Amino acid sequence: MTPIIEIQNLTHVYSPQTPFEHTALSDVSLTIDRGEFVGLIGHTGSGKSTLIQHMNGLLRPTSGHILFDGRDIWEDAAFTRQIRFRVGLVFQYPEAQLFEETVFRDIAFGPRNMGLSEDEIRTRVLRAAGFTGLDEAVLEKSPFELSGGQKRRAAIAGVIAMEPDVLILDEPTAGLDPSGRASILENIRSYQAAQHAAVIMVSHSMEEIATLADRLVVMNHGSVAMSGTPHAVFSRAQELAEMGLEVPCMTQVLLELRHLGVRVDPSAYTIEQAAERLLPLLKGGAAHA
Amino acid sequence: MLKDVTLGQFFPGNTPIHRLDPRTKLLFVVAYITALFLAKWFVSYGVVLAFLLTVIALSRISPKVIARSVKPLLFIILLTAFLNLFYTPGEPILQVWIFRVSKEGIVSAVLMMLRITMLVVGTFMLTYTTSPIALTDGLESLLSPLKRLHFPVHELSMMMCIALRFIPTLIEETDKIMAAQKARGADFESGNLIRRAKALIPILVPLFITAFRRADELATAMEARCYHGGDGRTKMNVLRFHRCDGAAAVVGMALLTAVIVLRRFGL
Repeated sequence: MTPIIEIQNLTHVYSPQTPFEHTALSDVSLTIDRGEFVGLIGHTGSGKSTLIQHMNGLLRPTSGHILFDGRDIWEDAAFTRQIRFRVGLVFQYPEAQLFEETVFRDIAFGPRNMGLSEDEIRTRVLRAAGFTGLDEAVLEKSPFELSGGQKRRAAIAGVIAMEPDVLILDEPTAGLDPSGRASILENIRSYQAAQHAAVIMVSHSMEEIATLADRLVVMNHGSVAMSGTPHAVFSRAQELAEMGLEVPCMTQVLLELRHLGVRVDPSAYTIEQAAERLLPLLKGGAAHA
Repeated sequence: MLKDVTLGQFFPGNTPIHRLDPRTKLLFVVAYITALFLAKWFVSYGVVLAFLLTVIALSRISPKVIARSVKPLLFIILLTAFLNLFYTPGEPILQVWIFRVSKEGIVSAVLMMLRITMLVVGTFMLTYTTSPIALTDGLESLLSPLKRLHFPVHELSMMMCIALRFIPTLIEETDKIMAAQKARGADFESGNLIRRAKALIPILVPLFITAFRRADELATAMEARCYHGGDGRTKMNVLRFHRCDGAAAVVGMALLTAVIVLRRFGL
């Protein structure tokens, strides 16, 4: 099966031929499969934002290609516009983009731009509101009356209402309280499951990303430094640290233990996994390791 | 991209022009503009132009930057030239349909173009070589006699300073919001004028809201640091005139006098 997104040798240079010239991405190749949950990590300025803005055609590659379902997204203008709807991009602090009189109308902005019928728009808005946990009562309010968390949900619903095959989120939980974080992540999960959509999520919280993602892609200095399961990636804690990234708390604890001479596999990132690895050691001594 | 706009930008440097006191530069620009408007014929324009070119050379601002800054105003400059060309009464030398070109028209079109370009470039030289803070400081100091008349001089200059400070921030904000709405399929490039104007609503509403929120936050942050307006406020960098300011004043006066004298002779 063709991957939903295939990036081939993508290079992007900002302000070429000026004193401000800056290469944000150099020779990045990456594939995203259908239904996959990819975590994108990397320190500030590593090229994550530039990369995700290429996936829905907001930025044009300086060189290289982006294929959607096997077709180059820059092949013709009509297709590029279609891509905006098939690859939904939720920016950082997306609540800044709310502008309509009611939440309903704001969520309907994307579907309306797609040229759907009023009935279809209505169904999609309601479905998106469902996915993001917004009450129907909220839909008739002005988006500016909502609380911070609800604004975030409304903004995410605005992208989800286009029912994209790929949903990209740039730090969707930044600045939210812990319960808000958990429930938004839950919403994203349920959208992914219901639509069999691929999700690409940028996050700075290693705990968050480790438990959600099927695969982690680590960006460093404008190229892909690592790509693999959270297990595989976090077992390279040393390299991550050199890139200015942390590993989850639990992994750190296990690494310290290893440092102290306990022979334990440090690639666990939840308390349960850590317990699984440590308990046998406590019971049976070092025999297990 | 919006980011490439150079209007009102400051290019740091350490040239004699950069080092001048902002007050001197402000007064200088006033003298320069007066001279430009008093200039009557090519000789006076030549004097003013020679002076402007000297300032540009001294400031080491690249001609490319200056050319780029004039570009957005090209339309206005050409329109003025066009109107002068056809609507100046005088001895006709060329007539096409209802358009009549006179010798006086050609002369006044050329002079008008020179005047506007020099006016724009001259004032840009001020903002290119003076940081916004120095500029507003200078303005405050120059306007301070108006305080006697209860004119809020400090408040005005603070407002100017803040406005200048937030231009790049707002441009960045606009870029971000545009990208976010484009991601939802907003289309800013096609359709007629009315459709395009309507397409701006999804950008303008969020932009205004963030601007107001920012203003609110800034006001709170200023109050938290006990800002209470200009009364009894002292400056960290007190403006002082130096020897080169005196020299600049002499040059400015000379320029103005020269143009006035030349005007007498119809040059």
